[in-house]
Amino acid sequence: MKAKSKPSEKKSAAGAARGPERARQTRARAVPRNGAQTIIDFLESVGVEVIFGYPGGAVIPLYDALYDSKIKHVLARHEQGAIHAADGYARSTGKPGVVFATSGPGATNLVTGLATAHMDSVPVLAITGQVSTTSLGSDSFQEADIYGISIPITKYNYLVKDPRSLPGILAEAYRLTAYGRPGPVLIDVPKDIQTTLIDPGNLLPDSVPLRFEPTPTPDLRALEAMVEAISISQRPVLYLGGGATITNTGDDIVKLVEKADMAVVATLQAKGVFPDNHPLCLGLPGMHGSKYANLAISESDLILGLGVRFDDRVVGNVRRFAPLARVVHVDIDPAEIGKRLPVDVAVIGDLGEVLSLALKRLKDNRRPAWRERVADLRASFPMAIPVAGKEIRPQAAIKALSDRCGGKAILVTDVGQHQMWSAQYFEADKPRHFLSSGGLGTMGFGLPAAIGAQMANPGKLVCLVTGDGSFQMNVQELATVTQMGLPIKIMLINNGCLGMVRQWQQFFFNRRYSQTLFDYNPDFVELARVYGLKAERVESPGKVAGAVERLVGGKGAAFLEVRVPRDENVLPMIPAGMGQTDFFETEEGGN
Amino acid sequence: MKKILSIMVRNRPGVLSHVAGLVTRRGYNVESIAAGPTENNEITRINLVVSGDGPILEQVVKQFRKLVDVIRVDDLTNDEPVTGELALITVRAEGLRRAEALNVINLLGLKLSDIKEDSLTVLVAGTAINVDMAVNGLKPYGILAMARTGLVALSRPPAPSQGS
Repeated sequence: MKAKSKPSEKKSAAGAARGPERARQTRARAVPRNGAQTIIDFLESVGVEVIFGYPGGAVIPLYDALYDSKIKHVLARHEQGAIHAADGYARSTGKPGVVFATSGPGATNLVTGLATAHMDSVPVLAITGQVSTTSLGSDSFQEADIYGISIPITKYNYLVKDPRSLPGILAEAYRLTAYGRPGPVLIDVPKDIQTTLIDPGNLLPDSVPLRFEPTPTPDLRALEAMVEAISISQRPVLYLGGGATITNTGDDIVKLVEKADMAVVATLQAKGVFPDNHPLCLGLPGMHGSKYANLAISESDLILGLGVRFDDRVVGNVRRFAPLARVVHVDIDPAEIGKRLPVDVAVIGDLGEVLSLALKRLKDNRRPAWRERVADLRASFPMAIPVAGKEIRPQAAIKALSDRCGGKAILVTDVGQHQMWSAQYFEADKPRHFLSSGGLGTMGFGLPAAIGAQMANPGKLVCLVTGDGSFQMNVQELATVTQMGLPIKIMLINNGCLGMVRQWQQFFFNRRYSQTLFDYNPDFVELARVYGLKAERVESPGKVAGAVERLVGGKGAAFLEVRVPRDENVLPMIPAGMGQTDFFETEEGGN
Repeated sequence: MKKILSIMVRNRPGVLSHVAGLVTRRGYNVESIAAGPTENNEITRINLVVSGDGPILEQVVKQFRKLVDVIRVDDLTNDEPVTGELALITVRAEGLRRAEALNVINLLGLKLSDIKEDSLTVLVAGTAINVDMAVNGLKPYGILAMARTGLVALSRPPAPSQGS
């Protein structure tokens, strides 16, 4: 049924098309198209504008079909780069990111990207080539069972074995990526399916079609219990997660906070949904959250989790998390309720709907004492950047970038210390403006994700903060930046080591720095120049502001290496599995 | 604690991999798994017996509901479901012990499926208790091989395959 409805979708998409475009689409309806052309036709019909990918033997027909299409293609330099770029595209827009890769190694190179998108609920459609159905299962050249491999790291996946099922699969797969809780979906398409003509009049209907049911309306009793919990609370904390970004509920969240004087903490995936500079915004909770955020959680009598997973990096010790608080959890995914933490009230539904229903029922309830306490906590335990000596403090460099961008940039980070400093010191006040691999913590995510974000937002300032470890994991994508002419601004925090692991070794492994210190690093400035970027290095604190100005203010792609000391740590820190008030104190005192 | 689940799935290729994969990657304790067609041949019923503590078992149900191919998950544990299991047991039966083994087989009302000079194969059909009884009764003679299907279960009255 779905498959047959495609021509009509096409018709509506082509409503405004004229001249050769209309002629081409009319032809498309009249003449049977092969599998590869069917894929491209479908992607055009749903409005896909960019595909990220890398060709290979098993997708030559697919790329041949793409040759005639108006869809832009970003040629990455590694399939991992391609899928992270599709992910960055999706994170910055909410629209599914599309990635192509060939069979075997091409497909297996997508694995990390699929897992990254899966963990952070990002809609990505991956289409891989596969050896022909006649050779499947015989260990042919470049054959890998990506269907089997990707089962645990996708929302759903397909191996197309009958060309007549392809149109239905495409429609279902694309819709699945963003339906309910978003996630990556993979379609493995054998080469002969790509070359077989598909007769639109002879499709294989799905006998038990997937029903895309609307999100159930929230249970009113649960909703009333939530409103009641908020009303009687004296010290409420709003804990925002990726669900708040996905549902774009920032405005209602601001209303809720102002109605109820709630303190707000936001995970990496929610950063920017609620403005970082709001007096009630306490930033990141958990392991590297501010002391005031974690103290507010430990003092609060109500944790209202909106679209969160109660991740171990936030919660730490489950038994000691927010000991005085009732916990209310709102999520679209029933399986998240009680997965890690028992909750008192669970509301299952679309966050937008839950919030608007709750706002109607909530009375204004000001809590001056709690506001004052929150202000006290902020004043007593400020997030202070250590004073600069001769060397640059990485936090100060990131703060300088934040100040220069003034809330206008999409910031993409890699993974490690610089990621946490970015979360702490880079101010975001809009959703989808802070893109970071939170759940999986994928080093090498940053540069390709920035490419995807810039492709999706051509007129926008896109900055990447990366580290000398992460950057080299997908450094080849600098070629993509230059080839596509993307004006990405890259700040590399170079501490000559794998800083986050080094920090753990310092704190918990008796300073035995096993394999975390880079005795050799390339000359990053030269490296960036070789790839065609304007590049410079900054080594003294006094020159940071000027260098950041040249980085952000200039035209085109630019690169700034910031040399920082090896032994700078991310503080405050709550060691893994500890309670919210167990701040790790260093001999330096921390902050 | 134990749960008997009935999982109705779309009969698509790979659906068993999705179900089995979920069990392994989330570390659930599965005692038995049995899959087969239903009255609608596009739908497969998977009966799963899982053990664990309360919250984990609740998670199992929710995680299965999340699988795209899953149409519905029913927890039959407290419904006093109709259950059944099938087993083939080959037992040693030589010399004098042969008569004794046959005696037990008759006593339990088991059906002989194969007769060899030194062994007998019986078919047990019944509840899990019937199968356990047969296993225990034949154990003293030496069980040479055994195949059990795992529990299949239906709620009573049977739920339609594609209910709401």
